[in-house]
Amino acid sequence: MTLSYLLRRVFHALIVLVMVGIITFFVVRLAPGGPSLLADPKLSSVERQAIEQRLGLNEPLPVQFTKWAGQTARGNLGNSFLYGAPTVQIIMTRLPNTLILAGTSLLLTLAVALPLGLASGMRPGSVFDRITSTVSLVFIAVPVFWFGLLLIILFAVTWRILPAGGMNTAGQEGSFPDLLRHLILPAVVLSAASIAEILRYTRSSTRTVSTQDYVRTARAKGVGQWALRSRHILRNAAIPILTAVGLQLPRLIGGAAITETIFGWPGMGRLSVEAALGRDYPLIMGITLFVALAVVTFNLLIDLMYPWLDPRVRAEA
Amino acid sequence: MQQTVPQPVALSPARRSARRLRRNPSAVWSLAVLLLIVAFALLGPLVYRASPETIDFAQQFAGPSWGHPLGADENGRDVLIRLMLGGRVSLAVGFFAVAVSLVFGVLIGGLSGFFRGWADSVLMRFTDGMLAIPGFFISLLALTFFGAGLTQLVLVIGLTSWMGLARLVRGEVLREREELSVEAARALGASELRVLWRHVLPQVYPTMIVNATIGISFAILTESALSFLGVGIQPPDASWGNMLTGAQNYMYSSPWLAVYPGALILITVVAFNLLGDGLRDASDPQGR
Repeated sequence: MTLSYLLRRVFHALIVLVMVGIITFFVVRLAPGGPSLLADPKLSSVERQAIEQRLGLNEPLPVQFTKWAGQTARGNLGNSFLYGAPTVQIIMTRLPNTLILAGTSLLLTLAVALPLGLASGMRPGSVFDRITSTVSLVFIAVPVFWFGLLLIILFAVTWRILPAGGMNTAGQEGSFPDLLRHLILPAVVLSAASIAEILRYTRSSTRTVSTQDYVRTARAKGVGQWALRSRHILRNAAIPILTAVGLQLPRLIGGAAITETIFGWPGMGRLSVEAALGRDYPLIMGITLFVALAVVTFNLLIDLMYPWLDPRVRAEA
Repeated sequence: MQQTVPQPVALSPARRSARRLRRNPSAVWSLAVLLLIVAFALLGPLVYRASPETIDFAQQFAGPSWGHPLGADENGRDVLIRLMLGGRVSLAVGFFAVAVSLVFGVLIGGLSGFFRGWADSVLMRFTDGMLAIPGFFISLLALTFFGAGLTQLVLVIGLTSWMGLARLVRGEVLREREELSVEAARALGASELRVLWRHVLPQVYPTMIVNATIGISFAILTESALSFLGVGIQPPDASWGNMLTGAQNYMYSSPWLAVYPGALILITVVAFNLLGDGLRDASDPQGR
């Protein structure tokens, strides 16, 4: 891989971020109705103007945009209207919670989807394949909140073996086993759809690869089942799977709004719901830019992994 | 003497695909189920005439009866008629949102792949930008700002879901524009737009159809999720999504209120996915 390729990719990533900034800024500012601070009908017009002036909303849009872009470029995302604290600080308190949840569900997704997808892709049409395909279809098709509520009713209300929501039991903050117990249900709900999706990709990718000549050759020369799967099939099937994982990222990092809301998980997803419903401009734009930055970075890393997985890509780059 | 070998009848790609689709039982069943569901939603209310909005607290949570074949909801409204009318709304969200996303995806992907160069760069960076924004968040945002309603839902879901299709279409167009048929058309003096419209785009139809089928199920699910946050179809109008949301508080006492709309969403989405898979297999030129 050449340096110029890397630089070009980083440059593209920066352009994408600028695009995201422009899209969100104008979506938010051109929308009818101001921030919810101004929605209070008891405000007099003088107070209203004072608030607009304080928030810088009375200036012409291009001026607002230039100011905002300048600040943002220097890493200052402004203060949240709702919380009064710096946007970056608010995001940083919520981010670890989302990362715990997202990381767990990503691990769960890969741990379940890869072996199952590999197994059903190697024997397409078998009973095992039919069962996994059907189950994964159901998981793709079930509305997330319905599934979440069902699990709460079963595990938290009827059987009382898992907590219904939150991150900790009161008084047990910082206890790892306690956190783990709270993590199970939201992680399962968040992974369900991803597992189904990644499983389908793994299956079809494996199916394509396992009919290739080199797999037959490897089998003919007596390569063991395990080595055949890991070194010959999975490695060649990895690229489409990796791309599919990359497409799941915005959802995972952005925090699953629905899952976090149902389980009262204090992460980015719930924060973004609060920001949207409260029309908190700086927070909305902060969250969007932050998520976009994370997604673009991860996608760049994934792209950089392609040549490492496939020497043919290395030759082209 | 030369012996004449009976030639296999040459079928057009579309007819060959249709024939392959008919041999795929799960796709055929899905299509049948979908037709039933569409008939239930579109024709049902013509046969079963009941008011979807009459509130009758005497009938609150009533079980099935002659007056209410599927019982009544938390406001004593008839569940069956609401499922039918809600189905109209949910299916409409699915179809029209997909129409919006098809227009954008094909337009952006098609232009990008056909003209290449700087137009391609600009359009693809814009697509990447839209892919990097969490779509659900932007939908939620737009619906909070512009108000929740059928038109807004269709636009918002459509405008946040065209990116995958745009990329696919771009790839197809990049490949197709190098085909001999396209070169021939160009040599005969066809204009660029005519080449794109008449010779390149038809090759992309299979991708579009498969994508649309799966897109409908995505839109129906998104509507239900947005309903849960209160920005979907607004009561008293019914949609499967908001019936499910309305039922969540009574999931323990009257679970069937959540079962009916949930099952309809589930069946519809599974059927559209299976049909999409069937269409994909059927349109694959490598397939038999």
